[in-house]
Amino acid sequence: MAEIICIVCPVGCHLTVDEENDYKVTGNQCNKGAIYGKQELQNPVRTVTSTIKIKAGSHPRLPVKTSDTIPKGKITDIMTLINQTEVTAPVSVGDVIIPNILDTGVDIVATRSMS
Amino acid sequence: MYDLIVVGGGPAGLAAALSAYENGCEKILIVERDLELGGILNQCIHNGFGLHYFKEELTGPEYAERFIDQLKNTSIEVMLDTIVLEITEDKQVHTMSKENGYQLLQSKAIVLAMGCRERTRGAIQMPGSRPAGILTAGAAQRYVNIEGYMVGKKVVILGSGDIGLIMARRMVLEGAEVLACIELMPYSGGLTRNIVQCLDDFNIPLYLSHTITDVTGKDRLESITMAKVDDKRKPIPGTEQVIDCDTLLLSVGLIPENELSRNVGIQMDQQTRGAMVYENMETSISGIFACGNVLHVHDLVDYVSAESSLAGKAAAEYVQQQNNIAEKDFLTINNGQGISYILPQKIRKENVDKKVDLYYRVNQVYDTCIVSIQHQGEELAKFKRKNLAPGEMETIPLRKKLLDKVDIKELDIVVREA
Ligand SMILES: Cc1cc2nc3c(=O)[nH]c(=O)nc-3n(C[C@H](O)[C@H](O)[C@H](O)COP(=O)(O)OP(=O)(O)OC[C@H]3O[C@@H](n4cnc5c(N)ncnc54)[C@H](O)[C@@H]3O)c2cc1C
Ligand code: SF4
Repeated sequence: MAEIICIVCPVGCHLTVDEENDYKVTGNQCNKGAIYGKQELQNPVRTVTSTIKIKAGSHPRLPVKTSDTIPKGKITDIMTLINQTEVTAPVSVGDVIIPNILDTGVDIVATRSMS
Repeated sequence: MYDLIVVGGGPAGLAAALSAYENGCEKILIVERDLELGGILNQCIHNGFGLHYFKEELTGPEYAERFIDQLKNTSIEVMLDTIVLEITEDKQVHTMSKENGYQLLQSKAIVLAMGCRERTRGAIQMPGSRPAGILTAGAAQRYVNIEGYMVGKKVVILGSGDIGLIMARRMVLEGAEVLACIELMPYSGGLTRNIVQCLDDFNIPLYLSHTITDVTGKDRLESITMAKVDDKRKPIPGTEQVIDCDTLLLSVGLIPENELSRNVGIQMDQQTRGAMVYENMETSISGIFACGNVLHVHDLVDYVSAESSLAGKAAAEYVQQQNNIAEKDFLTINNGQGISYILPQKIRKENVDKKVDLYYRVNQVYDTCIVSIQHQGEELAKFKRKNLAPGEMETIPLRKKLLDKVDIKELDIVVREA
């Protein structure tokens, strides 16, 4: 039995996950918590948000995020790639900045428009 | 002449303006002192916004952009780089900007949506010297996320509010070492999910019931001294521990930015540090409404948007009828045992459609409890709640049915054992 806190939404349910019983989750207020609890013990994933350098924009930094969750262990490598990247304005929200980062099938996308 | 002037173009101001427009208000102006709309959301690049409102998880800038985009199809006007200096009871708005200088604008209604600012070192009277490297977490957030400056390498965070937690993770991702997050209270001031994904994920220790007793460094911060506190929050001698660091981020709370509200004579609430409001977010001056962080500090922008839509709609109704509903009978909602604040504080029954959502915070941690609506000790409604903490704003519905049933002038909201 593992006790974890669901981070999917701000409610923050206290979950109990039973590894011996197909990762059955209790304490969740919704189904997302059941999926999260199982995932967190088998292969924890996170969304990464950061900024990259942008030339000719209204600010020197453009906020970005991973388009989907990525394995927790890859966060550092993904940050290294993000920090090596630079784009030029204009950019629209949702534009792909780095496609398929580290072969995860997940893109780095812009989270705001900037001109 | 404007129908409505909205002071502040953050999520609260945007939602209020859009909702007023949808409810038939025509000449609307948003005045924003920054160079762009979006307020604090522009620097909140992390995700976690919009789960209630848009049913998906967005980052701050994405959330803001959705609202800003909606302005495009409306006649709502926006004045950027313009600060509101003063408002008056008869709805005059004094503004100042580089481009237009001083201007006096007249409106029929006003929505106050100025947000809040961070408490600083002065506000918490921290001892020690005054070297560089001590700044608020929000200021650091702006430097790192918008300007692209790194603020330090070895970081300590004082206070476990959400901004501090979010910045702890942000600093680690950008290559800094975060040595400790120090919290005076025996519980965290931020959302539990942020403790997990910002501290635990990166093995950053959280010291509850601890404080900083000294700060050293000549030009730049060199170290801080941390000590345990007793149950009266006084440092316990002999528990001191020195931590070498070059940066101290303060995340010690937010204060609603209410100079404008106070100067015009709006009645304030000591607990929320915002205006006292009626069920429709109208303040004690009829035709002036308040919403968002200027009214009370929110942890979730989704609630800001919901509350502000209400304020915008009410402002539109006010403009269309111009009747002074403030004078009708009202009942008062009191924060009783276990509740640190409750809002709205006053309710005019005639204005309630089906229910009023009451927003509250508890003043200590509760595992399982009952939040109860009472009148002179008699329980009229009860709600079972789990894991309540002062760091998280909660809501309960106050139903019209209940309001109609009894002829009362006062209700108490209390927390009791389950
Ligand atoms: C660091 C941080 C992290 C957060 N994280 C989350 C999260 O993960 N999830 C979530 O849902 N919520 C989060 N929140 C909460 C949410 O972002 C806020 O509750 C929300 O932004 C408040 O909106 P607002 O419009 O009331 O205030 P603000 O966004 O502060 O906007 C107020 C605006 O008014 C303008 N203004 C002020 N005074 C004047 C004046 N006199 N004249 C003209 N303009 C003026 C300001 O420039 C500003 O643009 C976070 C908040 C902060 C501070
Ligand atoms: S279980 Fe559902 S309600 Fe509870 S925190 Fe997770 S997502 Fe939110």
